[in-house]
Amino acid sequence: MKILVPVKRVIDYNVKPRVKPDQSGVDLANVKMSMNPFCEIAVEEAIRIKEKGGAEEIVVVSVGPQQAQETIRTALAMGADRGIHIVTDETVEALGVAKLLKAVVGEENPDLVILGKQAIDDDANQTGQMLAALLDWPQGTFASEVAIDGTSIKVTREIDGGLQTLGMDLPAIVTTDLRLNEPRYASLPNIMKAKRKPIDAKTPADYGVDIAPRLSVVKVTEPPKREAGIKVESVAELVDKLKNEAGVI
Amino acid sequence: MALLVVAEHDNAALNDATRAAITAASQIGGEIDILVAGSGAGAVAEAASKIDGVRKVLHADGDSLAHPIAEAMEALILPLMDGYDGLLAVASTVGKNFAPRIAAKLDVMQISDITGVESADTFIRPIYAGNAMKTVKSSDAKKVITVRPTTFEKAGDGGSASVESIDAPAGPFKSQFVSEELTKSDRPELGAAKIVISGGRGMASGDNFHLLDKIADKLNAAVGASRAAVDAGFVPNDYQVGQTGKVVAPELYIAVGISGAIQHLAGMKDSKVIVAINKDEEAPIFSVADYGLVADLFKALPELDEELTKAGY
Repeated sequence: MKILVPVKRVIDYNVKPRVKPDQSGVDLANVKMSMNPFCEIAVEEAIRIKEKGGAEEIVVVSVGPQQAQETIRTALAMGADRGIHIVTDETVEALGVAKLLKAVVGEENPDLVILGKQAIDDDANQTGQMLAALLDWPQGTFASEVAIDGTSIKVTREIDGGLQTLGMDLPAIVTTDLRLNEPRYASLPNIMKAKRKPIDAKTPADYGVDIAPRLSVVKVTEPPKREAGIKVESVAELVDKLKNEAGVI
Repeated sequence: MALLVVAEHDNAALNDATRAAITAASQIGGEIDILVAGSGAGAVAEAASKIDGVRKVLHADGDSLAHPIAEAMEALILPLMDGYDGLLAVASTVGKNFAPRIAAKLDVMQISDITGVESADTFIRPIYAGNAMKTVKSSDAKKVITVRPTTFEKAGDGGSASVESIDAPAGPFKSQFVSEELTKSDRPELGAAKIVISGGRGMASGDNFHLLDKIADKLNAAVGASRAAVDAGFVPNDYQVGQTGKVVAPELYIAVGISGAIQHLAGMKDSKVIVAINKDEEAPIFSVADYGLVADLFKALPELDEELTKAGY
């Protein structure tokens, strides 16, 4: 079995994003960038499946600028086998990424595609579902447990208020939620080894896919600021304020 | 212009989040129809028909819709979209699951999790877990939108729309429902609760979370946690409020023993009223709190419990 894992390079989750003064977007210059946390979970899950003998090859794909190669290297250092880098400096929306991934699936014929449920930059939560629709594949989104049994897969999903388990035949799309696993850190020998693993460089044009954005950005602004309120002296005062001033209890 | 709003429900009752989506739809403008897809969901369709401003309720009822799996929702909704200029769903785990499938099939870019409507084609949505707000204008002919329910008023009753039965799609679909395990709790779900009380690393252990449970029971609140508390193993990951966990915006958020890392603030700073209880008066959480109490939580929580009892809770 072959597993395809798309990964995205995003601002590190511990960095506070700053809106540019001209409101054109978020300032990414000289900011620490990392693999999207949900993508890391996807890479980890693929590696665990392979380690249990459930897969022979893990291919990682990323759409993004030259530096996205580092993100692919990170996945290779964790244990993926090879990479595909679709190089573009343009912002590619979820729909465009899904179309590119569909084309990659057409060439690679994976049995399973595991993606993060969302990227922590644009928070769109769409790419996996869109890819499933374009391929007419079943989808198990927001997975907290994945069990492969021959040619079928059971996905336990995080839904509002609990868990839901779906069964589906492969090939299928899985998107990861937080509880699925805890991604490993790459060891130094594996980081060295990853430098020799192959990464294919491609462009969107190679796949003949139109990635023109459908949404134009009017502006990006700071969210409304919260002012610090008051300090209360006692629990009794707090309860009184909540009840009689704020009226929220 | 006509918009289709997909109702959120559990087959027994209409979820209030639907009313927020209706409000978003009415701000976009045009005729509004509601789709109720379910099994034995007659009462839901009935409730939907009474919402103010609704033209018509489409009610698809059948076993194949007992659980709103994405493939079944796609089979139901996609053919209907010929008659609509836009589709709105609640940005819940249900809406987030099926809506992008419809968008991809219509070849449109979905606008996720909107918090504001500027005009019929321009919307505001949070990015970077709410650390920035992005206004986007869609050039797609049809719009597919998910709505963050906490930021829109809930449309009230006052209408008397007709209910039209439509066929449920025939299965089987490419994914099958196997089982569901809903958390048995008398407390509301974290994302829907009006009051949330969360604990951080300051709670010192998972056992101490019972101090929060007692207060949550009194206030009908949900219990959450910071990533630090989850990473320390105090509580399971589904408690996590923050950028990589759940984003909540309740009426009242009580942060106990939480320092206020960016990661956590991103998940709760849209709450209407924020209370922070922390013994470190320099903790960043106080910079966003409406009411701050500098105190040892192990003293403050039992006192809070007592004061609430005194106040009749």
